[in-house]
Amino acid sequence: MSKKRQKLISDILVNGSLLLLCLIWTLPSLGMLVSSFRPRDDVLTTGWWKIDWSQLTLKNYDQVFSGKEIADASMPGGVAKGEDMSQAFLNSLVVTVPSTIIPILIAAFAAYGFAWMKFPGRKVFFIMVVAMLAVPLQIALIPILRDYTKLDLNGTFLAIWLAHTGFGLPLATYLLYNYISALPRDILESAFIDGASHFTIFTRLILQLSIPALASFAILQFMWVWNDLLVALVFIGSRPEVAVLTQRLMDMTGSRGQDWHLLMAGAFVTMSVPLFIFFMLQRYFVRGILAGSVKG
Amino acid sequence: MSKHKKVWLLISILAIVSMMLAACAAPTAAPVEPVEEEAPAAEMVEVGGVEYSTAYTGKTVTVFGVAADEQARLFQKEFDEFSEKTGIKVEYEGNKDFETLILVRVEGDDAPDIATFAQPGLVADFMRKGNLVDLSTFMTDEFLTSKYSQGLIDLSKVDGKIAGVWHNADVKSLVWYPKKAFEAKGYTIPETWDDLIALSDKMVADGETPWCIGIESAGATGWPGTDWVEDIMLRTTTPENYDKWTQGELKFNSPEVKNAFDTVAAIWFKEGYVYGGVPSILTTGFGDSPKPLFDDPPKCYLHRQASFITNFFPEGAVVGEDVAYFYLPPIDEAYGKPVLGSGSIATMFNDRPEVREVMKFLATGYSMKEEAMAGVAVAPHKDADPAWYPTDAARGFATIIQEATTFRFDGSDLMPGAVGAGSFWTGIVDWVGAEGANTDDVLSAIDASWPTE
Amino acid sequence: MVAMETSENSLQSSRFFDLVAWLGRLAVSLIVPICTFLVMWRGFIFLRDGAAPKLVMALVAIIWGVGGVAILFVVSNWLVERLSVRWRSYLLPFVFVGPGLAILTWYLFLPTVRTLYYGFFNRTSTKFVGFNNFIFALTDKAMLESFRNNLLWLIVGTSLSVIFGLLIAILADRSKFEKIAKSLIFLPQAISFVGAGVIWRFIYYYRPPGEEQIGLLNAIVVALGGEPLAWLTLRPWNTFFLIAIMVWLQTGFAMIILSAALKGVPEELLEAARIDGATEIQIFFGIIIPYIQGTIITVSTTILIATLKIFDIVFVMTNGLYGTEVMASQQYKQMFKYQDFGRGSAVAIILLITVIPVMFYNLRQFREREAF
Repeated sequence: MSKKRQKLISDILVNGSLLLLCLIWTLPSLGMLVSSFRPRDDVLTTGWWKIDWSQLTLKNYDQVFSGKEIADASMPGGVAKGEDMSQAFLNSLVVTVPSTIIPILIAAFAAYGFAWMKFPGRKVFFIMVVAMLAVPLQIALIPILRDYTKLDLNGTFLAIWLAHTGFGLPLATYLLYNYISALPRDILESAFIDGASHFTIFTRLILQLSIPALASFAILQFMWVWNDLLVALVFIGSRPEVAVLTQRLMDMTGSRGQDWHLLMAGAFVTMSVPLFIFFMLQRYFVRGILAGSVKG
Repeated sequence: MSKHKKVWLLISILAIVSMMLAACAAPTAAPVEPVEEEAPAAEMVEVGGVEYSTAYTGKTVTVFGVAADEQARLFQKEFDEFSEKTGIKVEYEGNKDFETLILVRVEGDDAPDIATFAQPGLVADFMRKGNLVDLSTFMTDEFLTSKYSQGLIDLSKVDGKIAGVWHNADVKSLVWYPKKAFEAKGYTIPETWDDLIALSDKMVADGETPWCIGIESAGATGWPGTDWVEDIMLRTTTPENYDKWTQGELKFNSPEVKNAFDTVAAIWFKEGYVYGGVPSILTTGFGDSPKPLFDDPPKCYLHRQASFITNFFPEGAVVGEDVAYFYLPPIDEAYGKPVLGSGSIATMFNDRPEVREVMKFLATGYSMKEEAMAGVAVAPHKDADPAWYPTDAARGFATIIQEATTFRFDGSDLMPGAVGAGSFWTGIVDWVGAEGANTDDVLSAIDASWPTE
Repeated sequence: MVAMETSENSLQSSRFFDLVAWLGRLAVSLIVPICTFLVMWRGFIFLRDGAAPKLVMALVAIIWGVGGVAILFVVSNWLVERLSVRWRSYLLPFVFVGPGLAILTWYLFLPTVRTLYYGFFNRTSTKFVGFNNFIFALTDKAMLESFRNNLLWLIVGTSLSVIFGLLIAILADRSKFEKIAKSLIFLPQAISFVGAGVIWRFIYYYRPPGEEQIGLLNAIVVALGGEPLAWLTLRPWNTFFLIAIMVWLQTGFAMIILSAALKGVPEELLEAARIDGATEIQIFFGIIIPYIQGTIITVSTTILIATLKIFDIVFVMTNGLYGTEVMASQQYKQMFKYQDFGRGSAVAIILLITVIPVMFYNLRQFREREAF
């Protein structure tokens, strides 16, 4: 009996405090969500919590999806439509997908090398990886751009994939190293005794076992690249045919940042993709992936 | 047919040879040798009163600037006729992070052909570093003086070289007021500074609050304050002193600048003058600050801000009916009617003949037609047609610029970044925070931050 | 096992042989990546200039890019495996770590060296000025302010992010609403910084007393009968208000990594402890914490370094005014706003130096985990 009650109490405690934390964390975004449905003047004159339901509108989203309305006397109705989001959406995907996969691949190999192989310079190189974590990427923009100009690489997707790979690599290697090096040694030892090569062990065994870590990093890198503005601006620029979503979002705020209401709607649309990825990958964070393979 | 083919052959051989030459040259080589002769067999076409060569059909010229969104659209549209007739394609790229990006791209050897700057201070930096082309190498004085007033030409010079051509302008020396309530109260537009102060006093006596002031602007907090100081500087000292000031020769803690700060303080920190008092100056967003003008009855009656503030007015507010503006009156008659403005200047990074054609086009008022017709900016060109402006209000801005005895650029945009976008802003914030009690310290601190070589 | 024997062999071999081995390693690290890069690069120039429909090109580009990197590893491994056992053991590690190190060197290490060099020159990098920039960076008023603030950010920001992340990961692990809860906490991570800036402006927004407050905090204060406050100008508390934004953003990161680690704690271990009558708190400190200790250190290090580099929050919210300056925002401003490459570089180097203790700590951890 008392055990059941204890369980109930702990359930309430757990869920209660979780609810409280979630509320605190969600409140700011909730404000933005509500505001994104409000007309411009309302956003600037009253707080979002004073919702006037009859005032809520989809107009902001309409402008975000189909292009911002721009006063233009020469057009019929005196209104012209700006760029819509579809091109930017596609560009963002093309930039983000390889910029997520390539560094993971390279970092996973490197992490395995650091964790399970012996070679001269191992420590020095590892220190370099950790040290590079602290390098602000801003200092690298100009030299890299110079190299790209010489290689005529500016404006290509390859340029930005490699840049994101370079800037994401220290964190990826560091995180994956910590995970891969903590894998139980006996699994690997038995694989070696069976005569498997490093490459086979890595592709057949390590990658499988590291799925939670790979998925976590994939989400982070995806998010970072998806939301990046600076690197994209420097290496592929902001012309409509190459501009990414964050750039669109910036444009949407108007020349002097006066159109917050559109920005908020746009931010929600932009957010949908990383959230979708998060839901997709969440199923990999399941208990037992490791537990089953650990002996004893 | 065959004649055309020969021309093409010649052009392509020239292009290949020049490409090979360019490829062989060191990356930091001196600007490409000026091309003196027009390519043969090119016809001339006329756009907006100036003739352009058609020899460069199919070439592309890239332009990079800060204007994004609606203004970028208008800007691109202004090249439609030019591109159609000359065959030169103009690709505009606008970005709000322009200031940072142009630096990165120029340093990264990836400069656009043309860049339009809103910060002449940056232009001077690039000119001195040798990144920009001196326009006087191909634009005659005669041509320039037919397009711009001598004052504007002088403003575009860096060490005697022509660094660029002015593209558009904004007026900053404006005071906005709620027209209906203002007139209902029997107030009149002040013609002199004393009138302005008398008007403010009268409003206080009537139980009203005269001024609305807000200098908060997130990462750029303080800039509206620098505009005030600059406007007063122009009204209390000579334009030469103003120029010296923006170049660092006249120190911030000189009597002239101190006097300007004191004049600002006489309005900002005076009891009852500012809506919300001094704390609200510091914390009200500049875009928010004119809002009380539109309350009924207005919570304040005067707001000094540039012409672009109309972007932040409530939806549906009509300039000329709900709200109107007047020119910030002069203080000392000796300095006439000076105007503080901002604007953008088009500069040239790559010297190619087709880029020259585009630069020539940018020097004509015709290249500002769409923006003028939309009423988003004023054309600084002599040959701009006042009939382009859609409203009297917009035409009024143009008149103010034309009637100005002195036109000067926003000083903080002329100063080096460390001051103009750094210590001057922070100085203003510290100064307002202390309600003007620390003027000397603030001014000395700004002086100390002036970059030394 | 094989690797161990051969590495002993190499100790006995001559210096000349060492040199050849290193050249081979360099070749493996560089040549194959460079060949792959060249092929991909030409392909991209072709793609860029081509006229295929956008969507097709996008797909081709993605497959090309990702596939190219995968093939790189397969090919170089295949090549090295053709070699003698001895050479293979010399070169194989570099098949694994080589490409990563090469990219790291190009994108971060060389620019860092260049930055160190420019730190000794004036603002336009034309005149040698010795240690002047570093002296400036260590004595300037704004920089001293940054050091103090960075310390606050490091201690408060990192610990709160990790503690909240761990707390939520554990609570979520025991709750039926795990997925929803984790998604909600994770949400801020997904918001682009442009959006986050606006969100928090609407939290800290200030309007003078008597006006309608549109900032959440001030609305609460006014509803409780207080005077509205301009939060971001309140020294020294404003730094904490900015740190709150960082915690809001980073907790999601800490949570997902720690949560993944928690899933790795064997259920049998927990069950056994429960059967032995241990309380949940005992289990937490006695079993869970030690088990995921490595991950906690990893997460803390990552957040610590991210915090050190933080500049956009400060830059967007206050521009470092009202005493909120941090090192990275100073670095960005000096380099890109004030165009002072010398000072900007010096600040970046100092930033890097402050990470040395963290690096040593991690190296100790690294030593404890010896490879085969």
